[in-house]
Amino acid sequence: MGTHWHIFKLGLQNTAAYRTNFFFRAVFNLVPLVAALALWRAIFADGKESIAGYTLVQMLSYYLIVTMVEITTAVTEDEWQIATDIKDGQISQFLLRPLGYFQYRLCLFSANRVIYTAVAFLPMTVIVCWNLQYLLPPANFLSLLGFVCSLALSAMLQFLLAYLTALLAFWVLEISTMSFMLLAAQRIASGEMFPLDLLPDWLNRTLMLTPFPYCVFFPASVYMGRVEGTALAQGLFMQGLWIVALFVLVRLVWSRGLRTYTAVGG
Amino acid sequence: MSDCSSNSTPASQRLTAGARNWLYYPDLYASLWRNSLTRELGFKVNFLLWLLVELVWFALQLSFISVIYRHTENIGDWTKWQVVMLVGASHFIQQLFQAVLLVNCAQLSELVHTGRMDFYLVFPANTRFLVSARHVDLGGFVSAASGLAVMIYAAAQMHTTPSLTQMAAFGALCVAAVIIHYSVMFLMATCSFWTVRAQGLVMAYYNLFSLTRVPDAAFSGAARAIFTIAIPVLLVANVPVKVLLGKMNSLWGAGLLVGMSLVCFLISAVVWRAALRRYSSASS
Repeated sequence: MGTHWHIFKLGLQNTAAYRTNFFFRAVFNLVPLVAALALWRAIFADGKESIAGYTLVQMLSYYLIVTMVEITTAVTEDEWQIATDIKDGQISQFLLRPLGYFQYRLCLFSANRVIYTAVAFLPMTVIVCWNLQYLLPPANFLSLLGFVCSLALSAMLQFLLAYLTALLAFWVLEISTMSFMLLAAQRIASGEMFPLDLLPDWLNRTLMLTPFPYCVFFPASVYMGRVEGTALAQGLFMQGLWIVALFVLVRLVWSRGLRTYTAVGG
Repeated sequence: MSDCSSNSTPASQRLTAGARNWLYYPDLYASLWRNSLTRELGFKVNFLLWLLVELVWFALQLSFISVIYRHTENIGDWTKWQVVMLVGASHFIQQLFQAVLLVNCAQLSELVHTGRMDFYLVFPANTRFLVSARHVDLGGFVSAASGLAVMIYAAAQMHTTPSLTQMAAFGALCVAAVIIHYSVMFLMATCSFWTVRAQGLVMAYYNLFSLTRVPDAAFSGAARAIFTIAIPVLLVANVPVKVLLGKMNSLWGAGLLVGMSLVCFLISAVVWRAALRRYSSASS
C-alpha cells in the first residue's frame, strides 16, 4: 500500500507540472458540450414535450452529467504513455521489480484523474452556472450512492480498455489508429454523443451487451434515476463482470506480449 | 522572405532576388510532395488504417445526425439533408486542411522541444512556409472526396442542383475556410513556444472545430457572437453550404468569412513573429 501511495504522489507531482496543458485540454473538451446544449435547445424550441422520454431539462442534464462522468473517469493520455513504455523498453525494469507494471500505471491513472478533475473544476463550474436551471439533482439518495459506485467501476473499465489497446504496442509500431478506433466506438456506443434511448430498441439492447454503455451511459442513467432497483444491481454486476473479463484478457495479452518482447539497449 | 533578405542591398537587386526566390517555391513544394509520397508508400498498411479511421469518424457524425432526425423534423431552419450536406462540407474542408497543413502544425511543438527548429531557421526559405508545408498527408485528399460524395448525395436527396456560380463561390469560400482552420491551429501550435508542452493540441483542435458541423441556427446570443467573431468556427462550413443551398439573403456572410480568414491569418502571423523572437534553441 505504501509503495502505491508513493507512486500516486509521484504521479500527482508529475501531472501537476503539466497543469496548464490539462487546463487548456479541459476547456476545449467542453466545446462539444456547449454545442450539444445549443443543439438540443434548438430542437426543443418548437414546443416538443419530450424526446424518447427526455424533457428538455432532462436532456440537457444528461449532457452535463455525462461531461462530469468523463472528467472524473476518462483516460487522457495513459494509453500513449503505456505504448511508448513498451516500445522504448521502459517496461524492462518492471519485470525485475516486485511492483507490477499494471499496478504502477493504475496509480498514475488515478493521480491523472485527480489532477484533471481539479483543473477542469473551474471551467465546468462556469458552464454549470450558465445552465444551472438545467442541472437536475440526483433522483434520490440511493441513486447518488449507485452513481458513485458506478463511477468508480466506470473509471476502472475505461482504464482496462485503454490498457488493452496500448498492449498492441507489443506487435505494432503505431497504436494511434487502434486508439482512435476505440475512441470512436466509445463516443457512439457509450452514450457520450446522445442518450442510447434515442436509438431503436434492438440496437440499444445489443449495445448493452458490450462494455461501452457501462462507461458513461449507465452511470448517467443511475444519477438521473432512470435505472433503479434490480436494474441498478444488474448494471453494477455487469460493470464488475466486464472488469473481471477485461482484466483476465489483459493478463493473457501481457504474457503473450512478453514472449515477443525484446528490450533493446541498456 | 524577410528572414533571408538583407536591408543593405539596393532596392532593384532586392526585387529581383525576391522574385527569384518566389519562383523557387513551387519547385520546393513539389519536392516536399515527392518526399511525402515516398514516405507514405513505405507505410501502406498504416496509410490504409488511417483512411479507415477517418471514414469511421465521418460515419459517426452522419449517424449522429440520422439519430437526431429520427426525433425531429428541423433544427432551426435546417432540414435533415441540409445538415447532412453541412456535415459533408465540414468534413471536406477539414480533410483538405488535414491533407496539406494539419500534421505540420501538430508537429511544431515537437520541433521546438527537440531543438530541430534550428534547422528550419537556417534554411534559405521562409521558415513559416517550411514548418507549415513540409509534410503532405495524401490520405486527406481521399477522405475529402468522401465528404464531397456525401454532399452530392445530400443534394440529390433534396433535388437541388447548385448553379456554376454557386459552386465557384463554394470553392472560393472553402479556401477562406481552410485559411481559418490553418490560422487558428497554427496560432494554438505557436503557443508551444511558451508552454512546456502542447500535449493534446490536436484533440483541442478537433474539439473546437467540431462546432463547424453544427447548424448556426442552433446558436443564439453571446455563444453565437463568440463562435462567429472571436473564433469564427460557425462561419467555416455554414457559409459555404448556405451559398450552395441559396440560403443566403445577402453577401454579408460570405464577406465576413473572407474577412475573418484574413484577420485570423494576420493574428497568427503576428504571434508567430513574437514566438520566433522568444525562441531559444533547446538542442545541445
